[in-house]
Amino acid sequence: MAKYLLLKHYRGGKAPVNDVPMDRWSPEEVDAHVRFMDDLADRLRESGEFVDAQALSPGGTWVRYDGEGKPPVVDGPFAETKDLVAGWMAIDVDSEERALEVAAELSSAPAAGGRPLGEWLELRPFLDDRPNAGE
Amino acid sequence: MSTPLDEGLLRAVVPEVLGVLVRRGADFASAEDAVQEALVAAVRTWPDDPPRDAKGWLVTAAWRRHVDTVRSESSRRDREDRVADEPPPGPAARSDDTLRLYFLCAHPSLSPAAATALTLRAIGGLTTRQVAAAHLVPEATMAQRISRAKRTVAGIPLDTPGDLGTVMRVLYLVFNEGYGGDVDLAAEAIRLARQLVTLTDEPEVQGLLALFLLHHARRPARTSAGGALVPLPEQDRRLWRTDLVAEGVGILQAALARDRLGEYQAQAAIAALHADALRAEDTDWVQISEWYDELVAITDSPVHRLNRAVAVGEADGGPAGLRALAEVDPSVPRHAAVAAHLHERSGDLRAAARLYREAADAATSVPERTHLTRQAARLHQLL
Repeated sequence: MAKYLLLKHYRGGKAPVNDVPMDRWSPEEVDAHVRFMDDLADRLRESGEFVDAQALSPGGTWVRYDGEGKPPVVDGPFAETKDLVAGWMAIDVDSEERALEVAAELSSAPAAGGRPLGEWLELRPFLDDRPNAGE
Repeated sequence: MSTPLDEGLLRAVVPEVLGVLVRRGADFASAEDAVQEALVAAVRTWPDDPPRDAKGWLVTAAWRRHVDTVRSESSRRDREDRVADEPPPGPAARSDDTLRLYFLCAHPSLSPAAATALTLRAIGGLTTRQVAAAHLVPEATMAQRISRAKRTVAGIPLDTPGDLGTVMRVLYLVFNEGYGGDVDLAAEAIRLARQLVTLTDEPEVQGLLALFLLHHARRPARTSAGGALVPLPEQDRRLWRTDLVAEGVGILQAALARDRLGEYQAQAAIAALHADALRAEDTDWVQISEWYDELVAITDSPVHRLNRAVAVGEADGGPAGLRALAEVDPSVPRHAAVAAHLHERSGDLRAAARLYREAADAATSVPERTHLTRQAARLHQLL
């Protein structure tokens, strides 16, 4: 089994196929979208592949250490940052093919007009191998 | 006065208890649930009230739970109470039941992940929580994975002949999972392999156990205090566990004497040759590369070809190793890391540094990436 992160972006990726901003959808379309996401997570629990799903606020702060005894330096958010992560789903699956399949399904969530969103998702493998026998 | 519970001792009888229930007519899935519940009860009550006969206690407790479940289900169905209070006099567990449970849990219809999870719970007696923690997934996810696996094998009678090869592959996977959460899966794989050795007369099973023991012997030396990987040549060999080495070598010699070589015996022989060298420079790389020839002849595995290239490089020099590497599919994991090492041995530090960097980008774990990045950094200082 291998774990993968399916990253959703507010911006930084390519535009989705069905490129209508969510605030221009009908309330029913929004509900259908959310329901699809919940159902997908349930199906992945059922199949024993679900690990985690979280959404992130678009607003964030940049922080860094600024020396002993000094408060941390905070900055941002930076409007010019090209890449902005919106959230993720983590899965534990048998193969990369299966990870691609789940990602495609997630991307197919219904959007404006009930048509699939066709959102671009970034698929990233975890660095979580625990090699035991090999040196 | 409560005595600490020997969990290993408790879990050792799990497959026998499960075998008794299945022989008495319980279906595998609900028998397995009943045994889990009995185990939970045992963990709770035994420290204060240890039974004289652990297996008998578990059989009684598990059977009672199974009967309760069937009764509540059947009374829901038709209000008809058809289950006897006492266990039927039916057949007791047979001696080969435990082996057949191994076959069932490693059934070819199961994916490797499903087979390892089911083996750990139904035969290893681990709880779903422990199996989930060891694989770093939520407990609910693991519960579903196990119950799907149980449904997959539901229709397969226990008497179906099985394949020892799939069982050994499952244990090998469990061993390589290492440890996560509070469960040491390598130790668990060793425990199960020891049990399997008593159930079969197959030199490859002995080879598998020997391989586990010889690798496990090196574990104390394999990571630094800070969690970094320590490669074999740099390990402090005084930390190797001589008790496990001696046991592994003894089991391997008995297996090899039977003259039915297989991949696990060959891998154990290589591990034994490493264990035999008091210092890294004493390693008998010529013999090791001969064993890799045997191993590649048996498995034709690209991973074994890759490791063979390392051995050839040590035995006959970097250029010979690179020639051996030329025959290996470059898409094999760790190919770049081996190429880097062999280029360094051949004196091409610039290529080695570039390849270490490439290998770090392709690493599948953080300690491995850190190790390879440090190798690249070390070479850059020399350039």
